[in-house]
Amino acid sequence: MSYVAIKGGGLAIQGAESLLEYLRTEQGEGGLPLDLATIQSQLRFLHGKVMSEGGLYHPELAALAIKQFMGDSLEASFALRAYRSTKPRLCETPILDSSKMRLVRRISSAFKDIPGGQMLGASTDFSLRLLRMDLLDESKETFQKTTAQWMKHTKTDAIPDTFPKVLDYLREEGLLPASNPKLNMDAFDITREPLIFPVPRSAALATMSRAETGSLLGIAYSNMRGYGDVHPTVAEMRVGYLPVMLPHPVTGELTEAGEVMITECEVVAMYEDDDEGGKPVFTLGYGACFGHNEVKALSMAILDRSLQKGMKDGPSNPSEDPEFVLLHVDGIDSMGFCTHYKMPHYVTFQSDMDRLRTTQEKQRNKQKKEAQG
Amino acid sequence: MSKASGYPFGFLDEYAKKEVRRSVLKAIALPGYQVPYSSREMPMGRGFGTGGLQLTLSLIGPGETLKVIDQGSDDSVNAVNLRAFVEMTCPDIDTTTRTEEATLIQSRHRIPEKELSEKQVIVLQVPYPDPLTVVEPSEDKRKTMHGEADYSRLLVKLYEDIVKFDEITISHRYPTRINGYYILDPSPIPRFDVPKMHQSKALILFGAGREKKIYAVPPYSEAEPIAFEDVPFRVENFYDQQGNRLSCARCGNQESFLDEFIDSRNGKKVYQCSDIDWCNEQLRLRKEENMKELVREKNS
Repeated sequence: MSYVAIKGGGLAIQGAESLLEYLRTEQGEGGLPLDLATIQSQLRFLHGKVMSEGGLYHPELAALAIKQFMGDSLEASFALRAYRSTKPRLCETPILDSSKMRLVRRISSAFKDIPGGQMLGASTDFSLRLLRMDLLDESKETFQKTTAQWMKHTKTDAIPDTFPKVLDYLREEGLLPASNPKLNMDAFDITREPLIFPVPRSAALATMSRAETGSLLGIAYSNMRGYGDVHPTVAEMRVGYLPVMLPHPVTGELTEAGEVMITECEVVAMYEDDDEGGKPVFTLGYGACFGHNEVKALSMAILDRSLQKGMKDGPSNPSEDPEFVLLHVDGIDSMGFCTHYKMPHYVTFQSDMDRLRTTQEKQRNKQKKEAQG
Repeated sequence: MSKASGYPFGFLDEYAKKEVRRSVLKAIALPGYQVPYSSREMPMGRGFGTGGLQLTLSLIGPGETLKVIDQGSDDSVNAVNLRAFVEMTCPDIDTTTRTEEATLIQSRHRIPEKELSEKQVIVLQVPYPDPLTVVEPSEDKRKTMHGEADYSRLLVKLYEDIVKFDEITISHRYPTRINGYYILDPSPIPRFDVPKMHQSKALILFGAGREKKIYAVPPYSEAEPIAFEDVPFRVENFYDQQGNRLSCARCGNQESFLDEFIDSRNGKKVYQCSDIDWCNEQLRLRKEENMKELVREKNS
């Protein structure tokens, strides 16, 4: 026989792996392996995205994943997520207070002036997207001099570390619902419990927080364009380092275990009437994720709002349907299922052909009979 | 911790395995019911058998013998990949390609031709755990329908098929009622394999990793593919125009599910057993038979 179904699978896999490794190192003597610090620093947005979508704050392994998978953000987050499966959950943090964040950027589009002031920080929002041709052959010397010069001209003591939150101001003004201390219940852990609908808001937030940026943006954009009507105002977008508090293993006292870089976004949307006859107030949407990723945090905040609306009144758009949004935004799930169609499907296709041929034959016989009849 | 891989035995942390085992117990207690579980990410793609793999890794222990097949073949890329991963993370287990030697079989799209025994467990990989997906996209609504054993819309879909095409068009993943209550999706096995679930001596487990569900057909359960009294369930047709059963071009067997392909040398349609282990065994038996024949001829 000339054909034996997919023989030599093991060899083929090995071949594919070594070819990938060849591609990674194809620069040969003219190249240097990427070092992890460079990835963390110079590919910071990709790096943050991988930690966020991988659902694991591990800067070193995230950099390794980016190096190993040659910058494919889906694959890199996937590897990080799979690594996470080998680790038990040892303890939980309490709800962390984001007003304690060490900020590198915070803006509000609701007010010209906010308590503590606007801080544009590092942002591409208003930069011209012109290619900087001078970077084509950037020299090591110029590269290394830039930071030193920048530090020389910056007054480091002039800026406070933390800033008050814009929402607190709105709350004081009576424009927002008072925060409900009863809501500070245990958060739903999506890594330990399956989603069974209807799910609590904390499950929705956690799912979106590690969702794939593009998927969140796509569904949020549908809401922005008119398949929904959130019309958000960014009360505050903040980027910075959030202290992580954990109970001390001996004393049980809350202790700062480190900090994680996050992006947090709070949007305010049009008010709703209160069923219980209270005064109408604005509604809120919340988004937060690891790394510096404002598109993701803002998309998430919009979807949080639209989902809350959908949960209350029933969904009238895809972006308001918790099942539609939450079951389709995970990058690891969706890319895995997409890729799997490339696997052999001989058996099912054989079965499909059987049905089609039988149906075709029945139709032929029927037409024959009609022609004769 | 396995020294070779640097990962714990069975890759998953112990809490994850415990959760899977508990879900399996629940699944056995409620035949055909889809038990939700948290489902960890595995180092292979969602859709490549991560649900089946989590079952295998949670159930396997030293001394077990594992067989992994994909499309009936032990040597297809995905089967090789999964088997190598289990071997790497589970030292002291054995692997085999012989159906009868395995204590645990992980499979995609096929149930082996050889009848399984009470000592065996078969794990099937599942892309879509819910047979109602074709008629209802919302998981929430489907859950209610299952609870009420309301499968009317599924029957209507079958009826519409008959009206439109004069045939039930469901080719694989054929909805099957277990012990007279829940209807399950038997994973994308061909219709040919569905009757093997009926009164199966082996425990059949289904794992859907991406959809986070585990379900089971316990040994000696009723498994009844849905159909109508006047339109019975039918398996794939392996008969030629003259009504002769097609046989495997390699071993000559006429009982197995056949793969169809085009011989690259002469462009002719050829059939071959999809279950490679079965095919090899038939070949062995045929050789033994031929030998005996020769010996008999020589002696006479």
